[in-house]
Amino acid sequence: MKYVDEYRNKEIAQKILRQIKSISKKKINLMEVCGTHTVNIFRNGIRKMLPSNINLISGPGCPVCVTPISYIDEIIALSRGENFIITTFGDMIRVPGSTSTLEKEKTDGADIRIVYSTLDALKIALDNSSKEIIFMGVGFETTSPTIASAVLKAQKEKIENLSVLSVAKIMPPAMKALLEGKEVNIDGFICPGHVSAIIGSKPYNFIAAQHKVPCVICGFEPLDILQSIYMLVKQIEDGRAEVEIQYERAVKPEGNKIALDKIDEVFKVVDSNWRGIGNIPLSGLEIKDEFGKFNARKFIVETEETKEPKGCRCGEVLRGVITPPECSLFRKGCSPENPQGACMVSTEGTCAAYYKYN
Amino acid sequence: MCLAIPGKVKKIFNDHTAEIEIGGIVKNASLDLIPQVAVGDYVLLHAGFAIQVIDQKKALEIFRAWEGKVN
Ligand code: SF4
Repeated sequence: MKYVDEYRNKEIAQKILRQIKSISKKKINLMEVCGTHTVNIFRNGIRKMLPSNINLISGPGCPVCVTPISYIDEIIALSRGENFIITTFGDMIRVPGSTSTLEKEKTDGADIRIVYSTLDALKIALDNSSKEIIFMGVGFETTSPTIASAVLKAQKEKIENLSVLSVAKIMPPAMKALLEGKEVNIDGFICPGHVSAIIGSKPYNFIAAQHKVPCVICGFEPLDILQSIYMLVKQIEDGRAEVEIQYERAVKPEGNKIALDKIDEVFKVVDSNWRGIGNIPLSGLEIKDEFGKFNARKFIVETEETKEPKGCRCGEVLRGVITPPECSLFRKGCSPENPQGACMVSTEGTCAAYYKYN
Repeated sequence: MCLAIPGKVKKIFNDHTAEIEIGGIVKNASLDLIPQVAVGDYVLLHAGFAIQVIDQKKALEIFRAWEGKVN
Protein backbone atom coordinates (compact mmCIF):
# COMPACT_ATOMS: atom_id res chain seq x y z
CA MET A 1 0.00 0.00 0.00
CA LYS A 2 1.19 3.48 -0.88
CA TYR A 3 -2.20 4.99 -0.04
CA VAL A 4 -2.59 6.71 -3.39
CA ASP A 5 -2.95 4.57 -6.52
CA GLU A 6 -4.98 1.89 -4.76
CA TYR A 7 -7.74 4.45 -4.38
CA ARG A 8 -7.92 5.00 -8.13
CA ASN A 9 -9.15 1.49 -8.96
CA LYS A 10 -11.56 1.75 -11.90
CA GLU A 11 -13.43 -1.45 -11.21
CA ILE A 12 -14.35 -0.43 -7.67
CA ALA A 13 -15.22 3.05 -8.90
CA GLN A 14 -17.74 1.48 -11.30
CA LYS A 15 -19.24 -0.59 -8.50
CA ILE A 16 -19.71 2.47 -6.29
CA LEU A 17 -21.20 4.42 -9.19
CA ARG A 18 -23.68 1.63 -9.93
CA GLN A 19 -24.73 1.63 -6.27
CA ILE A 20 -25.13 5.40 -6.28
CA LYS A 21 -27.30 5.15 -9.39
CA SER A 22 -29.42 2.41 -7.94
CA ILE A 23 -30.24 4.15 -4.65
CA SER A 24 -30.34 7.81 -5.68
CA LYS A 25 -33.87 9.05 -6.33
CA LYS A 26 -34.05 12.65 -5.11
CA LYS A 27 -32.70 15.68 -6.92
CA ILE A 28 -29.91 16.94 -4.68
CA ASN A 29 -27.13 19.50 -4.36
CA LEU A 30 -23.94 18.39 -2.62
CA MET A 31 -21.37 21.03 -1.77
CA GLU A 32 -17.66 20.34 -1.53
CA VAL A 33 -16.08 23.00 0.65
CA CYS A 34 -12.46 22.14 -0.03
CA GLY A 35 -10.56 23.46 -3.04
CA THR A 36 -8.48 20.29 -3.24
CA HIS A 37 -11.73 18.34 -3.61
CA THR A 38 -12.90 20.74 -6.33
CA VAL A 39 -9.76 20.10 -8.35
CA ASN A 40 -9.84 16.33 -7.86
CA ILE A 41 -13.53 16.14 -8.75
CA PHE A 42 -12.81 17.93 -12.03
CA ARG A 43 -9.56 16.13 -12.77
CA ASN A 44 -11.27 12.75 -12.45
CA GLY A 45 -14.38 13.80 -14.33
CA ILE A 46 -16.59 12.87 -11.38
CA ARG A 47 -19.34 15.39 -12.15
CA LYS A 48 -19.91 13.75 -15.51
CA MET A 49 -20.03 10.24 -14.05
CA LEU A 50 -22.85 11.01 -11.63
CA PRO A 51 -26.53 10.62 -12.46
CA SER A 52 -28.08 13.93 -13.50
CA ASN A 53 -30.13 14.28 -10.30
CA ILE A 54 -26.91 14.74 -8.29
CA ASN A 55 -25.44 18.20 -8.64
CA LEU A 56 -22.04 19.07 -7.16
CA ILE A 57 -21.47 22.67 -6.10
CA SER A 58 -18.11 24.15 -5.14
CA GLY A 59 -17.94 26.23 -1.97
CA PRO A 60 -15.55 28.64 -0.28
CA GLY A 61 -12.78 26.12 0.29
CA CYS A 62 -9.79 27.82 -1.21
CA PRO A 63 -7.94 29.95 1.37
CA VAL A 64 -6.37 32.08 -1.35
CA CYS A 65 -9.81 32.86 -2.81
CA VAL A 66 -11.49 33.86 0.44
CA THR A 67 -8.67 36.18 1.52
CA PRO A 68 -9.99 39.76 1.32
CA ILE A 69 -8.35 42.23 -1.04
CA SER A 70 -7.65 44.55 1.91
CA TYR A 71 -5.29 41.90 3.28
CA ILE A 72 -3.35 41.73 0.02
CA ASP A 73 -3.14 45.52 0.09
CA GLU A 74 -1.84 45.40 3.66
CA ILE A 75 0.93 42.95 2.82
CA ILE A 76 1.82 44.90 -0.34
CA ALA A 77 2.14 48.07 1.76
CA LEU A 78 4.41 46.21 4.17
CA SER A 79 6.52 44.83 1.33
CA ARG A 80 7.27 48.39 0.25
CA GLY A 81 8.90 49.13 3.62
CA GLU A 82 12.69 49.27 3.73
CA ASN A 83 13.46 46.56 6.19
CA PHE A 84 10.98 43.81 5.40
CA ILE A 85 11.19 40.39 3.85
CA ILE A 86 7.77 38.93 3.02
CA THR A 87 7.53 35.15 3.07
CA THR A 88 4.54 33.39 1.59
CA PHE A 89 3.20 30.18 0.16
CA GLY A 90 3.43 30.36 -3.61
CA ASP A 91 -0.31 30.54 -4.24
CA MET A 92 -0.61 34.09 -2.91
CA ILE A 93 1.93 35.81 -5.06
CA ARG A 94 -0.24 36.47 -8.12
CA VAL A 95 -3.46 37.39 -6.32
CA PRO A 96 -4.51 40.86 -7.42
CA GLY A 97 -4.75 43.49 -4.69
CA SER A 98 -6.52 46.79 -5.38
CA THR A 99 -3.81 48.05 -7.72
CA SER A 100 -0.87 45.62 -7.55
CA THR A 101 0.23 42.07 -6.80
CA LEU A 102 3.13 40.74 -4.76
CA GLU A 103 4.61 39.47 -7.99
CA LYS A 104 4.69 43.02 -9.37
CA GLU A 105 6.15 44.37 -6.17
CA LYS A 106 8.86 41.73 -6.36
CA THR A 107 9.78 42.79 -9.89
CA ASP A 108 9.93 46.36 -8.56
CA GLY A 109 12.47 45.31 -5.95
CA ALA A 110 10.53 44.21 -2.89
CA ASP A 111 12.05 41.24 -1.05
CA ILE A 112 9.32 38.62 -1.35
CA ARG A 113 10.19 34.96 -0.97
CA ILE A 114 8.11 31.88 -1.63
CA VAL A 115 8.44 29.26 1.06
CA TYR A 116 7.21 25.70 1.25
CA SER A 117 6.86 25.66 5.03
CA THR A 118 6.62 28.07 7.98
CA LEU A 119 9.92 26.58 9.10
CA ASP A 120 11.58 27.98 5.97
CA ALA A 121 10.38 31.43 7.05
CA LEU A 122 11.93 30.78 10.44
CA LYS A 123 15.22 29.93 8.79
CA ILE A 124 15.12 33.10 6.69
CA ALA A 125 14.59 35.04 9.94
CA LEU A 126 17.65 33.37 11.48
CA ASP A 127 19.78 34.13 8.44
CA ASN A 128 18.67 37.77 8.20
CA SER A 129 18.78 39.07 11.75
CA SER A 130 18.78 42.74 10.75
CA LYS A 131 15.52 42.38 8.79
CA GLU A 132 11.90 41.90 9.81
CA ILE A 133 10.49 38.70 8.32
CA ILE A 134 6.75 38.62 7.81
CA PHE A 135 4.93 35.39 7.08
CA MET A 136 1.59 35.58 5.30
CA GLY A 137 -0.61 33.51 7.56
CA VAL A 138 -3.18 32.32 5.04
CA GLY A 139 -4.90 28.97 5.42
CA PHE A 140 -7.48 26.81 7.11
CA GLU A 141 -7.12 24.49 10.09
CA THR A 142 -4.78 22.21 8.13
CA THR A 143 -2.20 24.97 7.95
CA SER A 144 -2.77 26.99 11.13
CA PRO A 145 -1.05 24.46 13.43
CA THR A 146 2.07 24.73 11.26
CA ILE A 147 1.97 28.51 11.77
CA ALA A 148 1.43 28.06 15.51
CA SER A 149 4.31 25.62 15.66
CA ALA A 150 6.66 28.11 13.98
CA VAL A 151 5.62 30.89 16.38
CA LEU A 152 6.23 28.62 19.37
CA LYS A 153 9.60 27.67 17.96
CA ALA A 154 10.51 31.30 17.35
CA GLN A 155 9.63 32.09 20.95
CA LYS A 156 11.60 29.18 22.31
CA GLU A 157 14.65 29.97 20.23
CA LYS A 158 14.30 33.72 20.82
CA ILE A 159 13.98 34.55 17.14
CA GLU A 160 12.33 37.95 17.43
CA ASN A 161 12.39 39.17 13.85
CA LEU A 162 9.66 36.84 12.58
CA SER A 163 6.02 37.83 12.69
CA VAL A 164 2.79 36.57 11.16
CA LEU A 165 0.10 38.59 9.43
CA SER A 166 -2.72 36.19 10.13
CA VAL A 167 -5.90 35.75 8.12
CA ALA A 168 -6.12 32.09 9.07
CA LYS A 169 -9.69 30.84 8.89
CA ILE A 170 -11.94 28.24 10.49
CA MET A 171 -14.13 26.24 8.14
CA PRO A 172 -17.32 25.16 10.01
CA PRO A 173 -18.57 28.73 10.71
CA ALA A 174 -18.42 29.44 6.97
CA MET A 175 -20.56 26.38 6.29
CA LYS A 176 -23.03 27.70 8.85
CA ALA A 177 -23.05 31.11 7.14
CA LEU A 178 -23.83 29.49 3.78
CA LEU A 179 -26.70 27.50 5.26
CA GLU A 180 -28.11 30.55 7.00
CA GLY A 181 -27.66 32.71 3.88
CA LYS A 182 -30.11 30.37 2.10
CA GLU A 183 -28.93 31.44 -1.36
CA VAL A 184 -28.29 27.86 -2.37
CA ASN A 185 -30.01 24.74 -1.30
CA ILE A 186 -27.40 22.40 0.17
CA ASP A 187 -28.57 18.82 0.77
CA GLY A 188 -25.22 17.47 1.94
CA PHE A 189 -21.66 18.54 2.62
CA ILE A 190 -18.56 16.80 1.32
CA CYS A 191 -16.39 17.89 4.28
CA PRO A 192 -12.70 18.73 3.94
CA GLY A 193 -10.46 15.76 4.75
CA HIS A 194 -7.29 17.48 5.83
CA VAL A 195 -8.98 20.24 7.81
CA SER A 196 -10.75 17.37 9.57
CA ALA A 197 -7.49 15.46 10.14
CA ILE A 198 -6.79 18.34 12.55
CA ILE A 199 -10.24 19.28 13.91
CA GLY A 200 -11.90 15.85 13.83
CA SER A 201 -15.61 15.32 13.19
CA LYS A 202 -17.23 17.04 16.18
CA PRO A 203 -17.12 20.62 14.89
CA TYR A 204 -19.59 19.59 12.15
CA ASN A 205 -22.12 18.05 14.53
CA PHE A 206 -24.26 21.20 14.68
CA ILE A 207 -24.74 21.06 10.90
CA ALA A 208 -26.31 17.63 11.10
CA ALA A 209 -28.15 18.22 14.39
CA GLN A 210 -29.50 21.74 13.92
CA HIS A 211 -29.60 22.16 10.16
CA LYS A 212 -30.42 18.52 9.36
CA VAL A 213 -27.80 18.48 6.63
CA PRO A 214 -25.71 15.29 6.28
CA CYS A 215 -21.92 15.64 6.38
CA VAL A 216 -19.31 13.14 5.18
CA ILE A 217 -15.62 13.78 5.80
CA CYS A 218 -13.99 12.80 2.56
CA GLY A 219 -10.54 11.73 1.33
CA PHE A 220 -9.03 12.98 -1.90
CA GLU A 221 -8.69 10.08 -4.30
CA PRO A 222 -11.48 9.12 -6.74
CA LEU A 223 -12.70 6.15 -4.66
CA ASP A 224 -12.82 8.34 -1.56
CA ILE A 225 -14.90 10.96 -3.32
CA LEU A 226 -17.27 8.44 -4.89
CA GLN A 227 -17.72 6.57 -1.64
CA SER A 228 -18.43 9.84 0.19
CA ILE A 229 -21.05 10.76 -2.38
CA TYR A 230 -22.56 7.29 -1.94
CA MET A 231 -22.64 7.78 1.85
CA LEU A 232 -24.30 11.19 1.47
CA VAL A 233 -26.88 9.88 -0.98
CA LYS A 234 -27.61 6.99 1.36
CA GLN A 235 -28.14 9.34 4.31
CA ILE A 236 -30.40 11.59 2.24
CA GLU A 237 -32.46 8.71 0.84
CA ASP A 238 -32.75 7.16 4.34
CA GLY A 239 -33.84 10.50 5.76
CA ARG A 240 -30.86 10.70 8.13
CA ALA A 241 -28.53 13.63 8.87
CA GLU A 242 -25.30 12.57 10.53
CA VAL A 243 -21.62 13.32 10.47
CA GLU A 244 -19.79 10.34 9.00
CA ILE A 245 -16.11 9.85 8.31
CA GLN A 246 -15.25 8.26 4.99
CA TYR A 247 -11.57 9.26 5.26
CA GLU A 248 -11.04 7.07 8.31
CA ARG A 249 -7.43 6.31 7.50
CA ALA A 250 -6.54 9.93 8.27
CA VAL A 251 -9.36 11.37 10.35
CA LYS A 252 -10.17 10.46 13.93
CA PRO A 253 -13.33 11.81 15.55
CA GLU A 254 -11.19 13.78 18.00
CA GLY A 255 -8.80 15.09 15.35
CA ASN A 256 -5.18 15.84 16.18
CA LYS A 257 -5.10 16.94 19.81
CA ILE A 258 -1.50 18.16 19.76
CA ALA A 259 -2.12 20.34 16.71
CA LEU A 260 -5.33 21.71 18.23
CA ASP A 261 -3.49 22.57 21.47
CA LYS A 262 -0.86 24.47 19.51
CA ILE A 263 -3.56 26.46 17.70
CA ASP A 264 -5.18 27.24 21.08
CA GLU A 265 -1.90 28.29 22.60
CA VAL A 266 -0.95 30.78 19.90
CA PHE A 267 -4.23 31.98 18.40
CA LYS A 268 -7.47 33.49 19.60
CA VAL A 269 -10.71 33.02 17.70
CA VAL A 270 -11.96 36.26 16.13
CA ASP A 271 -14.58 37.42 13.65
CA SER A 272 -13.18 37.29 10.17
CA ASN A 273 -13.92 38.78 6.80
CA TRP A 274 -14.31 36.22 3.98
CA ARG A 275 -14.10 37.50 0.49
CA GLY A 276 -17.44 37.08 -1.19
CA ILE A 277 -19.23 36.16 2.01
CA GLY A 278 -18.40 39.05 4.34
CA ASN A 279 -17.84 39.05 8.04
CA ILE A 280 -18.42 35.67 9.70
CA PRO A 281 -18.51 35.58 13.51
CA LEU A 282 -15.74 33.54 15.14
CA SER A 283 -14.37 32.23 11.88
CA GLY A 284 -10.80 33.50 12.02
CA LEU A 285 -7.59 33.15 14.01
CA GLU A 286 -5.51 36.06 15.27
CA ILE A 287 -2.23 35.84 17.19
CA LYS A 288 -2.91 36.12 20.93
CA ASP A 289 -1.77 39.23 22.81
CA GLU A 290 0.81 37.18 24.75
CA PHE A 291 2.51 36.52 21.44
CA GLY A 292 2.10 40.15 20.32
CA LYS A 293 5.69 40.49 19.17
CA PHE A 294 5.04 37.76 16.62
CA ASN A 295 1.99 39.58 15.28
CA ALA A 296 2.84 41.59 12.16
CA ARG A 297 -0.09 43.91 12.90
CA LYS A 298 2.35 45.67 15.28
CA PHE A 299 3.68 47.35 12.13
CA ILE A 300 1.11 49.95 11.27
CA VAL A 301 0.83 50.61 7.57
CA GLU A 302 -1.44 52.80 5.56
CA THR A 303 -3.17 50.99 2.75
CA GLU A 304 -4.90 52.28 -0.32
CA GLU A 305 -8.65 52.24 -0.68
CA THR A 306 -9.85 48.74 -1.50
CA LYS A 307 -11.00 48.24 -5.07
CA GLU A 308 -12.71 45.05 -6.21
CA PRO A 309 -11.96 44.05 -9.80
CA LYS A 310 -14.78 45.33 -12.03
CA GLY A 311 -17.20 42.67 -13.17
CA CYS A 312 -15.56 39.84 -11.21
CA ARG A 313 -18.18 37.63 -9.55
CA CYS A 314 -15.83 35.61 -7.34
CA GLY A 315 -18.08 36.29 -4.36
CA GLU A 316 -21.04 34.50 -5.90
CA VAL A 317 -18.78 31.72 -7.14
CA LEU A 318 -17.46 31.21 -3.60
CA ARG A 319 -20.98 31.02 -2.18
CA GLY A 320 -21.96 28.47 -4.81
CA VAL A 321 -24.62 30.82 -6.19
CA ILE A 322 -23.25 30.89 -9.74
CA THR A 323 -20.85 28.71 -11.70
CA PRO A 324 -17.85 30.47 -13.31
CA PRO A 325 -19.21 30.32 -16.90
CA GLU A 326 -22.04 32.56 -15.71
CA CYS A 327 -19.50 35.33 -15.12
CA SER A 328 -19.27 37.47 -18.26
CA LEU A 329 -15.48 37.75 -17.89
CA PHE A 330 -14.90 33.98 -17.78
CA ARG A 331 -12.61 33.13 -20.72
CA LYS A 332 -13.26 36.69 -21.97
CA GLY A 333 -10.71 38.82 -20.21
CA CYS A 334 -10.24 36.44 -17.30
CA SER A 335 -7.98 33.40 -17.62
CA PRO A 336 -5.23 31.81 -15.53
CA GLU A 337 -2.67 33.85 -17.52
CA ASN A 338 -4.56 37.06 -16.92
CA PRO A 339 -6.69 36.51 -13.82
CA GLN A 340 -9.16 39.15 -12.69
CA GLY A 341 -10.12 37.53 -9.43
CA ALA A 342 -8.56 35.18 -6.89
CA CYS A 343 -10.81 32.28 -7.97
CA MET A 344 -8.91 32.24 -11.26
CA VAL A 345 -5.43 32.73 -9.76
CA SER A 346 -5.36 29.87 -7.35
CA THR A 347 -4.94 26.43 -8.86
CA GLU A 348 -7.62 25.35 -6.41
CA GLY A 349 -9.96 28.18 -7.31
CA THR A 350 -13.29 27.17 -8.80
CA CYS A 351 -12.85 29.44 -11.85
CA ALA A 352 -9.40 27.96 -12.56
CA ALA A 353 -10.79 24.42 -12.22
CA TYR A 354 -13.63 25.17 -14.65
CA TYR A 355 -11.20 26.82 -17.03
CA LYS A 356 -8.83 23.89 -17.06
CA TYR A 357 -11.19 20.93 -16.99
CA ASN A 358 -14.63 21.93 -18.21
CA MET B 1 -3.89 24.66 -0.28
CA CYS B 2 -4.85 21.96 2.21
CA LEU B 3 -3.06 19.41 0.09
CA ALA B 4 -1.36 16.70 2.15
CA ILE B 5 0.49 13.76 0.66
CA PRO B 6 1.09 10.30 2.15
CA GLY B 7 4.72 9.34 2.67
CA LYS B 8 6.69 6.71 4.53
CA VAL B 9 8.79 7.60 7.56
CA LYS B 10 12.37 6.50 6.84
CA LYS B 11 14.43 8.05 9.63
CA ILE B 12 13.62 9.94 12.77
CA PHE B 13 16.04 12.48 14.22
CA ASN B 14 16.45 13.77 17.77
CA ASP B 15 15.16 17.23 16.91
CA HIS B 16 11.61 15.99 16.10
CA THR B 17 12.18 15.89 12.39
CA ALA B 18 12.10 12.95 10.04
CA GLU B 19 13.01 11.84 6.56
CA ILE B 20 9.86 10.96 4.68
CA GLU B 21 9.77 9.22 1.34
CA ILE B 22 7.13 10.18 -1.17
CA GLY B 23 7.21 8.36 -4.47
CA GLY B 24 10.98 7.82 -4.31
CA ILE B 25 11.77 11.38 -3.22
CA VAL B 26 12.97 11.95 0.33
CA LYS B 27 11.78 15.05 2.16
CA ASN B 28 12.52 16.43 5.58
CA ALA B 29 9.54 17.13 7.76
CA SER B 30 8.77 18.29 11.25
CA LEU B 31 7.14 15.82 13.63
CA ASP B 32 6.01 18.60 15.99
CA LEU B 33 2.33 17.88 15.31
CA ILE B 34 2.51 14.08 15.60
CA PRO B 35 5.42 13.15 17.84
CA GLN B 36 4.44 9.48 18.25
CA VAL B 37 5.42 8.08 14.90
CA ALA B 38 7.71 5.17 14.15
CA VAL B 39 9.96 4.34 11.24
CA GLY B 40 7.83 2.53 8.65
CA ASP B 41 4.65 4.47 9.46
CA TYR B 42 2.88 6.34 6.72
CA VAL B 43 2.08 9.95 7.51
CA LEU B 44 0.33 12.80 5.75
CA LEU B 45 2.74 15.57 4.88
CA HIS B 46 1.47 19.15 4.65
CA ALA B 47 3.71 22.21 4.21
CA GLY B 48 6.74 20.59 5.81
CA PHE B 49 4.86 19.04 8.73
CA ALA B 50 3.55 15.54 9.28
CA ILE B 51 -0.04 16.21 10.34
CA GLN B 52 -1.49 12.73 10.88
CA VAL B 53 -0.46 9.06 10.87
CA ILE B 54 -2.28 6.88 8.37
CA ASP B 55 -4.26 4.13 10.04
CA GLN B 56 -3.25 1.15 7.95
CA LYS B 57 -6.18 -1.02 9.05
CA LYS B 58 -8.83 1.57 8.35
CA ALA B 59 -7.19 2.23 5.00
CA LEU B 60 -8.23 -1.22 3.81
CA GLU B 61 -11.87 -0.98 4.75
CA ILE B 62 -13.02 0.58 1.53
CA PHE B 63 -11.68 -2.43 -0.39
CA ARG B 64 -13.26 -4.86 2.03
CA ALA B 65 -16.58 -3.08 1.59
CA TRP B 66 -16.60 -3.07 -2.20
CA GLU B 67 -14.33 -5.79 -3.49
CA GLY B 68 -16.64 -8.65 -2.62
CA LYS B 69 -19.72 -6.85 -3.82
CA VAL B 70 -21.08 -8.05 -7.14
CA ASN B 71 -23.70 -5.95 -8.76
S1 SF4 C 1 -14.13 34.16 -14.11
FE1 SF4 C 1 -12.59 35.65 -13.37
S2 SF4 C 1 -13.72 37.56 -13.23
FE2 SF4 C 1 -15.26 35.92 -13.31
S3 SF4 C 1 -15.66 35.38 -11.17
FE3 SF4 C 1 -14.03 34.02 -11.87
S4 SF4 C 1 -12.14 35.09 -11.25
FE4 SF4 C 1 -13.78 36.63 -11.18
